[in-house]
Amino acid sequence: MASVTYDHVVKEFGNVRAVNDLNFHIQDKEFLVFVGPSGCGKTTALRLLAGLEEISSGRILIGDRVVNDIPPKDRDIAMVFQSYALYPHLTVYDNMAFSLKLRGTPKDEIKRRVGEAADILGIHELLERKPRQLSGGQRQRVAVGRAIVRNPKVFLFDEPLSNLDAKLRVQTRAEISKLHQRLQTTFIYVTHDQVEAMTMASRIAVINKGMLQQLDTPQVLYDTPANMFVAGFIGSPAMNFFQATLKQDGGNLFVDTGAFSVKVPENRVAVYQKLTGKKVVFGIRPEDIHNPQFLPPAIHAENVPCKVDVIEMMGNETYLYLVANSQNFVARVDPRTSFKVAEQVQVAFNMDKFHIFDPETEAAIR
Amino acid sequence: MNKFLHIIRNLRLGSTIGMLILVIIWSTPTMGLLITSLRPSSLAETSPWWEALFNPLSTIWTIDAYQNSLSSGMLDSLINTIAVTVPATILPLMIAANAAYAFTFLNFKGKEIFFAILVALMVIPLQSSLIPVLRGMVWIQKNLHIPLTGTYASAWVVHSAFAMPLAIYILRNYMMTLPRELIEAAKVDGASNYQIFWQLVLPMSVPALASFAIFQFLWVWNDYLIAFIFVGEQKAVMTYRLLRLLGQYGQGWRDVAAGSFISLIVPLIVFFSLQRYFVRGLLAGSVKG
Repeated sequence: MASVTYDHVVKEFGNVRAVNDLNFHIQDKEFLVFVGPSGCGKTTALRLLAGLEEISSGRILIGDRVVNDIPPKDRDIAMVFQSYALYPHLTVYDNMAFSLKLRGTPKDEIKRRVGEAADILGIHELLERKPRQLSGGQRQRVAVGRAIVRNPKVFLFDEPLSNLDAKLRVQTRAEISKLHQRLQTTFIYVTHDQVEAMTMASRIAVINKGMLQQLDTPQVLYDTPANMFVAGFIGSPAMNFFQATLKQDGGNLFVDTGAFSVKVPENRVAVYQKLTGKKVVFGIRPEDIHNPQFLPPAIHAENVPCKVDVIEMMGNETYLYLVANSQNFVARVDPRTSFKVAEQVQVAFNMDKFHIFDPETEAAIR
Repeated sequence: MNKFLHIIRNLRLGSTIGMLILVIIWSTPTMGLLITSLRPSSLAETSPWWEALFNPLSTIWTIDAYQNSLSSGMLDSLINTIAVTVPATILPLMIAANAAYAFTFLNFKGKEIFFAILVALMVIPLQSSLIPVLRGMVWIQKNLHIPLTGTYASAWVVHSAFAMPLAIYILRNYMMTLPRELIEAAKVDGASNYQIFWQLVLPMSVPALASFAIFQFLWVWNDYLIAFIFVGEQKAVMTYRLLRLLGQYGQGWRDVAAGSFISLIVPLIVFFSLQRYFVRGLLAGSVKG
């Protein structure tokens, strides 16, 4: 059991800054997910914690102990690798017992702990097999099992689900969440998949270009993204962005994108009044754009005229790809919607849920 | 599509025939050697060996050449050859495996330069360094009173040293293909470099180790030069003994044929027992997978 602290951590490969001034604290027993596009430095951040890369500057603490110069084996961590990294010439049992044997754990103690881990993961019947005789999902379980037997302070996961098929991924996601509840240990998990991050994390660290963009609970990230990157990365389909200007007209404040103009509801005017006349970026999520026929109750809706470009039926919902004066955007509407392709329609923006960003800094203004 | 398959099939037939011809050409001298070793000298000296091949029933066969070569100490030499070859195969393999691990998985200053120098050493011909090495050994013998020349150990040292560049090169190239994550997983699991080497890298490198072992074994087994210069007469190895069998005027050539076959037995056993590694090992390090 331990907390983890990144204290102004920098990692440079030659002239490239892979990790740029990461500075945050991870609570004991927390399930923290590093998420970001590929090459953003999230895996490097994890490998720094594991001790597989050396820190260029800054400090990493596990509990109260600075681990910068401590080799991986003495950090009391366990890691599940993307490729699982099972030892090909050893049986599943020996794979799981490997670390315990190295530590000189007594034989019956090893047997007990491997047995326990095998129970948790349901892999008892695989113990005598070699890794090459296992399916992808089974290998993944063994890799997790190898981490569990150690009973480490911190678990590290490096994209452990990316080699599984979609169905198995959803199932394993739930199992890892359950495992976290059961073990009550700090989990740090790296993924490029925002769905994995949203579903499993107690908090998410969104990383881009080696820098921390925002660190908060999934709901806060979704509701109040700190900048355009987080807004666009969290949520699927991604948030729609429009270049816009805020305009005052007869006591009302409007967001004018050139393609359409929508009124800012009174309760939010105070925040944005100061930006009147300025260029901003207007953001709204697809799920906050509705078919006017099927409006949720008590929202400030603003109708926007547009043309339907593509319709994608999902069964439980429908995605509309819309064009308003050559501005493309996506709406996620009620499945009863009966729009036709190329039809001129009205969609309703939920003006309680829009976001305004600074076009220069890309930071959210609120 | 059918036509295409047909062409492929024909190609396969062609390559089979080609292979067969090559095998016949390459094994003809060996065949001649075998037949000669089994013919009485009166016949062997008057008619070519293929006459016996075409009339196997009407010729006289004899094993007296084998008896001759065995009675002239071929068995003692077999022991000597084994005593030279086995350590001269295992020693360089172990040293090179350690070095290859370091070149692959450890970070130290000048790693690339050292490796480049090592690979460059492969171009130095063995013959050019024989005299300096021998003089060095004599010097050690005189000043430190460690007997070297004329012992097995001197051959072990020389064979190991000259095998080292190629061995390290082959093994390092093979180890480079081992997944890095495996090594990292072992590090996180708590293994030291020493444990990673013995428990992971060495077992996973068996194909490369075996293929190099076969190469080195055959090379040392068939070596004459180093055995002649460093071990010499006292502990004559088989290649050395064979030359002696030939005699001053080449009169013992049938005994040499017989002795050659005796010396072939062990390499054949080694080759066939390890041949699956041999075929795979030819690719070791050169192609990933």
